[in-house]
Amino acid sequence: MKNILAIAAKDIRSQFVSPIAYVVLTGYLLLGGWFFFNLLFRFNFLLQLYLSFRNPDAMQRLNLNEFVIAPLLHNLSVILVILIPIITMRSFAEEKRSGTYELLMTSPLSITEIVLGKFLGAFVFVLIMVLLTGVFPLILVLYGNPEPGIILSGYLGLLLLATAFVAVGLLTSSLTDNQIIAAVSCLVALLLLYVISWPADNAGADMGALLKYVSLTEHFGEMVKGIIDTRDLTYFVSVIVFALFLTQRSVESLRWR
Amino acid sequence: MIEVRNLSKRYGDLLAIDQVSFTAQKGEIVGFLGPNGAGKTTTMRIITGFLPATKGTVKVEGFDIFDDAHEVRKRIGYLPENPPLYADMTVTSYLEFVGRIKGVTRAALPEAVDVAVERCGLTAVTRRVLGHLSKGFRQRVGLAQALIHQPDVLVLDEPTIGLDPRQIREIRHLIRELAGQRTVILSTHILQEVVQICQKVVIISDGRVVVEDQIEHLTREMPLEEVFMRHISGSGGAVEIGEVGA
Repeated sequence: MKNILAIAAKDIRSQFVSPIAYVVLTGYLLLGGWFFFNLLFRFNFLLQLYLSFRNPDAMQRLNLNEFVIAPLLHNLSVILVILIPIITMRSFAEEKRSGTYELLMTSPLSITEIVLGKFLGAFVFVLIMVLLTGVFPLILVLYGNPEPGIILSGYLGLLLLATAFVAVGLLTSSLTDNQIIAAVSCLVALLLLYVISWPADNAGADMGALLKYVSLTEHFGEMVKGIIDTRDLTYFVSVIVFALFLTQRSVESLRWR
Repeated sequence: MIEVRNLSKRYGDLLAIDQVSFTAQKGEIVGFLGPNGAGKTTTMRIITGFLPATKGTVKVEGFDIFDDAHEVRKRIGYLPENPPLYADMTVTSYLEFVGRIKGVTRAALPEAVDVAVERCGLTAVTRRVLGHLSKGFRQRVGLAQALIHQPDVLVLDEPTIGLDPRQIREIRHLIRELAGQRTVILSTHILQEVVQICQKVVIISDGRVVVEDQIEHLTREMPLEEVFMRHISGSGGAVEIGEVGA
């Protein structure tokens, strides 16, 4: 445990010493703020519209959770698909390129400790990212009346999604010593997991169900709606554990090749 | 103490080292010589557990590097060819990090860092960022990193490469000082260096050990340069002439 923390702390520190962390955080918040502003603007516009129509049914259906927070979370998740590969690309690839890999591998550390340390380091960074975007729903809570339970469920979904992305990013980074290759292959893998359910409706019952089950978006979408189902939680945890297991194998294979 | 027995390493079709055997006793500084590409770095990487061997065994302080890899790693300090530095860390934070992953306890860490800093002459640069240090300081931080956990065995891959004459002298002095109760293996191209600080020489050529002997035996009849050239003749040794005795 001590070793895991040492590696995690080293990685977090190096992220915040380099400009990457600040660029990524700023970009994420900037885009998030733009989405939030536009969604709120549209919400306000609809509100005015329905008011002028004197349509109480439509007014009933208009709520902050469904019209602002849910689309905001979906937009933020797409940005994570692009930004997380950039955060995780360095984790192993950079160590290999700069020769510090030799230091890690000849130290009395187990490979599991190295992988978990790297994972924890990237997770803390992603946690900071997700928490900072919590400012948007906080504004809504202060000035409106959204359902807090649904917000929390959605944010838990976003965090789980981001954590699964991190695990996949570590895997691709462990396979190469080139950061660009690590980032691009992670991006492709994540996008694929993101859109894999698109043909589900026309793919027949079994295949469709499988594609939907594999898709990250489907599980995330459920949580954004406020439904915390053990099936979705199991899915995210499985993706994380499986990706970390493969990372461990891939690092181990380098030690004994 | 290091015992290398019949060590072979194959990269695909290339046999990098072939049946390499030698021993290094406690308190001994062993010079590991050979032309470029002879297999010095490969052998050192196997001893430190970075690379697996295809065949053969290595024992460090009695522990087998395959069966007791963890125990071996705790006892080895290793300076790779390029010092394994994180460019964005300061000297102190880097040494603290290495100390922690090498198993130095939290209570003993500040003192371990102080000792390493002082021994390697880094007192003036403790707060500097590694990426901004000169080659000589980087090499010294590499050495400090290797001895932060007071290892019984030091494996140094070309510790004086790229340094100016004054720095070379300092590093040699440091290595001799460090030896004491430790076992040191260092690879180098500089034969003078071996004569000055090593008790024993192992010469490797084309992946095979061609000489393993005490330095005083070898240099009784002819200079080490002559011994070296004789044993590596015909194996591309001519390329090295420029560096001999540099």
